[in-house]
Amino acid sequence: MTTVDFEPGAAAARATDAILHDTLHGTERGVVVDSPPGAGKSTLVVRAALELAGAGRSLMVVAQTNAQVDDLVLRLAEKDPELPVGRLHSSDADAYDKALDALPHVRTSAKAADLAGLPVVLSTAAKWAHVTVDEPWQHAIVDEAYQMRSDALLAVAGLFERALFVGDPGQLDPFAIVGSEQWAGLSYDPSASAVSTLLAHNPGLPQHRLPVSWRLPASAAPLVSDAFYPFTPFRSGTGHGDRRLSFAVPSDGSGPDRVIDEAAGSGWGLLELPARHTPRTDPEAVRAVAAVVRRLLDRGGAAVSERSPDPVPLTAGRIAVGTAHRDQAAAVRAALADLGVSGVTVDTANRLQGREYDVTVVLHPLSGRPDATAFHLETGRLCVLASRHRHACVVVCRAGVTELLDDYPSTEPVQLGTLVKFPDGWEANHAVLAHLAEHRVTWRP
Amino acid sequence: MSLITTLARLEAVDSGCARAAATVRHRHLSDRPLVFVPLITAGEAGAPLGALVGTDRDAPRLLVVPQPRDRDLRFTFLAELADVILPYLDSYAQSVEAAERTETDPETGKRVKVETELCADAPQLIVPSRAGLDLVRLLGRSTRFRRTAEQDPEAPYPAPPRVPLLGRWLTHYGERARVPGSSLLLALTDLLSRHWATGQSGLEDQHLGALLAWIDPPAGTSGAEAARRAELARDAAGQLLCPPAGPATDPAFDNKLLAPAFERYDRARTALAAAEDPVEADERLAALTVAERAVRELVESRTRPTWDAVWRGLDLLWALPEGARVAERWTRDRWSFTGHRDRVLAGEPPQPRRDDAVTAANKLATREREQARLEAQEALDDPLEMAGRRLAGEAFAGEVTDVVMAYSEGRRPSPRPLVTVRTDDEPRLAERAKVFRSLGGRPQSAEFAGYADGGGLVLRILDKMGRGKEPEPGSVPEKGDRVCFTLFEHEQRGGAKLPDPEETPWTHGGPPGEPVAEAPDTVTEGDVL
Repeated sequence: MTTVDFEPGAAAARATDAILHDTLHGTERGVVVDSPPGAGKSTLVVRAALELAGAGRSLMVVAQTNAQVDDLVLRLAEKDPELPVGRLHSSDADAYDKALDALPHVRTSAKAADLAGLPVVLSTAAKWAHVTVDEPWQHAIVDEAYQMRSDALLAVAGLFERALFVGDPGQLDPFAIVGSEQWAGLSYDPSASAVSTLLAHNPGLPQHRLPVSWRLPASAAPLVSDAFYPFTPFRSGTGHGDRRLSFAVPSDGSGPDRVIDEAAGSGWGLLELPARHTPRTDPEAVRAVAAVVRRLLDRGGAAVSERSPDPVPLTAGRIAVGTAHRDQAAAVRAALADLGVSGVTVDTANRLQGREYDVTVVLHPLSGRPDATAFHLETGRLCVLASRHRHACVVVCRAGVTELLDDYPSTEPVQLGTLVKFPDGWEANHAVLAHLAEHRVTWRP
Repeated sequence: MSLITTLARLEAVDSGCARAAATVRHRHLSDRPLVFVPLITAGEAGAPLGALVGTDRDAPRLLVVPQPRDRDLRFTFLAELADVILPYLDSYAQSVEAAERTETDPETGKRVKVETELCADAPQLIVPSRAGLDLVRLLGRSTRFRRTAEQDPEAPYPAPPRVPLLGRWLTHYGERARVPGSSLLLALTDLLSRHWATGQSGLEDQHLGALLAWIDPPAGTSGAEAARRAELARDAAGQLLCPPAGPATDPAFDNKLLAPAFERYDRARTALAAAEDPVEADERLAALTVAERAVRELVESRTRPTWDAVWRGLDLLWALPEGARVAERWTRDRWSFTGHRDRVLAGEPPQPRRDDAVTAANKLATREREQARLEAQEALDDPLEMAGRRLAGEAFAGEVTDVVMAYSEGRRPSPRPLVTVRTDDEPRLAERAKVFRSLGGRPQSAEFAGYADGGGLVLRILDKMGRGKEPEPGSVPEKGDRVCFTLFEHEQRGGAKLPDPEETPWTHGGPPGEPVAEAPDTVTEGDVL
């Protein structure tokens, strides 16, 4: 579906061209690219890497986790199998994906010197921090730059002359395991995100935005855009009707089945359990999450999308469960094992960042809580959980979260000089809940 | 809060008495700590009202500012404080032992061992509460940049000698207190609530009187009742029976007792200044002395109960055996003390107002590393703490039911014995997850190899078995042994080396350059009241 004034493919291509132009021919030392969920960030990184390597610029790529680095190496090799690529890894066992060993032009090493002279070298920020060089790289690409801490950038910034910073400002901010209030408000607060420090010191850097989410369906993009990116809206690359989720087995009328049908039809489903204060690993809510997953698999789901004309079966590998805490994820895994389900990804928001599934089942961070702490209100957490899906998202939550939000005003101390993040968690949570309320299925297990 | 702490708190509520939250003492306690019980003036940040300070519980030194808004009197107080604290610090600076330190050789860039000295012990400051820590920092910040007449003869309001030095030491101690597990400067309420769980909230635990009441209630009353009385009970005149541990004072005390005493002092001073002949002046001086003594007595009446409570709390803590790894952390505190002693001796300038980018990042990295180290060490030192980690799925203990010898593949096969551990714990083990146990104080690592047929976890031991083909005796657990493995590492890797501050990259604003003197705040009406 296209509209008269906005053709997603063309708009995305224009944005990409502008980014590549600034990166290759610009005069500034840095370029910042904000990318909403699923807007083709990795594709952009790969394309920029190939163009920079093609222009003969020595290039280092900094990602945040080993999985991200391996993924980028595989994508690079897929696009250009002939390009010599270096994968710098730690000296631990299983430091990198063994699939890389099968690629003829990818060289892996734990020593940067072994990879000297290769057009592109990729590694994690943590590994790069231990590298010392006489001659800096001409260019760097920093991936997931909003999830990188300022101090991590400080450790690697001496390695390159110019850099392209790519990331999603709406996802979870980096955090420190000890208090860092003493530096709050300083432009180089080491616990802040790398991009906020970079822009505080270099306000003139060109900033670009990818305008189209290719992951989120037309049912989800407006909500995620309004709730989490109110000042930098984006839209979905596909239209209503481009994607369909259907089930071979009809509903048995139970809560999980009704919410699955609601989500299949509208993209969103809220399975609301009776209001109650519960421990974090709320057994009823955990069982409800597991029951929804079980029924998703049992009912023979099939997904139709722009990727293939034929329906693709909805398998365990295409479903993810998202939680706020690790013990919740562990409880859901145990509940799924009890129901004989395996192969479904169950993880916290932090670990689901950057990943994509057909259907997600989310245990709402505030479900059953007596209080709304800053952790549970964090905008990025809800944003990650609500933006991993290509087709539908089912949220499992106890009733009463709206009242909880209104009862507990934010009590975090105000720090002078810090950038206040908008929208705040309170507002974003209300926006999402208001939308979910239209797709509510109440259920008493 | 771990499940064990939650349970301890519930039990405390149930029994009306605090429960042990630790079986050992997790912080170093000096045998001669300097206790500092400060009070501040309401409504004026950083204006000290007085303090009890000293190392002898029976003979504290009382320091009082009879009119806290008078800056000269404030300086007198700080000078007196310096006269107590600096000799105490100095008494530790002299006794040293030889030590080695790894440094980067500036010419070769290699890490080399350097002979150096380390103070044999370090001075320890104890304040009653967390707010006391903040006051130590505040006093440090407000005094370390003051100039003495000797440093700067032109300075309009010279500080007494040694006050800036006091400020530097207080700043150092205040910063060090932010490092997890450090013990140079401790707040007693933090220490006590680390080792005992009460039936009240963490916020209420910051009231020293109430906290001690829970831990050590007077005979015949429950901790809960005693805590309530400590918090709320007032005498006939409306004054709290147990004054707050400060530095803030109770408003009823400020309004009913302190303000009138200040007023009498001010009047006596004005009168003395207006005296016209020596006889009159003598009389008025006597009146001023009486007024000053009244303020002193008020301050002593509000600090002495806290002073005694601090020593009572210390007695409770001294009675606990020290954790096995506490001494190692204290050694780091000694390094910190020695390092600052050397910087002062070398004539380095006071700590800057704000950290530069590199210093801030280094401090954060150190603190995160120390936090992880502290959590691991506390669990290894204390079975109660380990129980919390086991309940959280981060460790497991059990009995070895089987040991099968196996070898790694490769040219030189090394022993990789498979050990089966039967446990009732439910560790969150992923495939090939690394686990660690303490073997003679050193971590031995193993990887999770799967579940045994008859139940139990199979672990493949990976290291600390010597270089031979056969593992060294005692390095592999035997059938029937009780073992405890953790999913978290016991030791922390050193972080990445950050650039020198002069090499601060463009992303962080470039090198900080020479410090620029900031213009002082403009004088407002409030400054000249």
